[in-house]
Amino acid sequence: MIAALALVAGMLLGLWLDPTVPGALQPYLPIAVVAALDAVFGGVRAKLDRIFDDKQFVVSFISNVLVAALIVYVGDQLGVGSQLSTGVVVVLGVRIFGNVAAIRRHLFRA
Amino acid sequence: MSGDEHTETGTGWPKQPGPQPPTGPAGEPDPRPDAPDPDELSPLAPEVEVDPEPPPATAGESRLDRAAGRPFASALALVGGWRRTSPATVMIFVLLALLGFTLVEQLRTTSTDPITSAARQEDLVRILYDLNSQEKRLRQDIAALEDSQRQLLSGEQGQQAALEEAARRADELGILAGTLPARGPGLVVRFEPGGAGAISAMRVLDAVQELRGSGAEAMQISGADGVTVRIIASTYFLDGENGSLFVGGRLLTGPYTITVIGDPATMRTALNIPGGVVATVDGDGGTVIVEDREVAEVSALHAPIELEYARPIT
Repeated sequence: MIAALALVAGMLLGLWLDPTVPGALQPYLPIAVVAALDAVFGGVRAKLDRIFDDKQFVVSFISNVLVAALIVYVGDQLGVGSQLSTGVVVVLGVRIFGNVAAIRRHLFRA
Repeated sequence: MSGDEHTETGTGWPKQPGPQPPTGPAGEPDPRPDAPDPDELSPLAPEVEVDPEPPPATAGESRLDRAAGRPFASALALVGGWRRTSPATVMIFVLLALLGFTLVEQLRTTSTDPITSAARQEDLVRILYDLNSQEKRLRQDIAALEDSQRQLLSGEQGQQAALEEAARRADELGILAGTLPARGPGLVVRFEPGGAGAISAMRVLDAVQELRGSGAEAMQISGADGVTVRIIASTYFLDGENGSLFVGGRLLTGPYTITVIGDPATMRTALNIPGGVVATVDGDGGTVIVEDREVAEVSALHAPIELEYARPIT
């Protein structure tokens, strides 16, 4: 409930403020968003499993985002940034799919 | 990343020792100012109203800090209808708001300029390289097309020049063959027979040859009765009766007038050389009058010859 509210509030804020993404952050933002989405879906799944923990969610959220951005950064420094970011997106996508499948089983029993 | 790891992310395992907050030695108050109540951290714990009645174990100092953070927390609780307002909840709120913010921002950035803004440096370099090679290809195309255009243009010009040359030659040949009227500087030569001696065909032919030799380009001869004949290569001269003259099949009577186009001075000199045409005719008793003309007109035409046997060699 409060999570959905926060998401909507953040979206409205983004629409309202309309800031420009600084150039240095541009490669990392999409990866960070995907990582955060992964954390959010994991949190929803944990909620449905009745094992949700606030603190762990916060920690995993932040660490997910930071690690994803770090991997892309290191990849950029090594010259394999695009490949590595593709890999990160693939891995996070697989995890999101798994979490969504678990949520689906919870909600629809199917 | 292994497959079983993803179950950990974002999921709270309450029994896990790692994220559990250390509560410190027994009896000692938690050193963190806004340390959550251990009971609140467990989602499985029964939802008890904590704020109005803090547990007696917490010290007064900690209670003050909690009271300071209460207005914001209670506001959150009002908005969401959420009873448990721990700092972690606030953190979740902030993080999710941030996620929504960046999500919208990223979507907007990607939708405004999908190619360049989202691409990283090596992609941009690749795009630039592609565009450069494409530009090079197009430039080569342009060069080739310009080359062919030039060739076609020069071909057209060549054709036009050949056409003009052919027309010029046709005009020249037409003048030489007598099928075209001509006009230019020249002479008018009158042959007037004297009392005794008539103007013979030999004399006229001599005069014509002399004029040809001195550069005459077009000639015609007219008799007294206005009959005019164009003199060309195949024109013949025959003596007729009573001093008349057959020229190319037509009968002319004297006096005769030859109109010739060419260099007047040269032709006059050629006619007047000692022992030449003028002298001979004078010796026979006739008279030759040579007049310069600024514009002499040779307007008589010769019917074109239909070639029956001769074919040009190309």
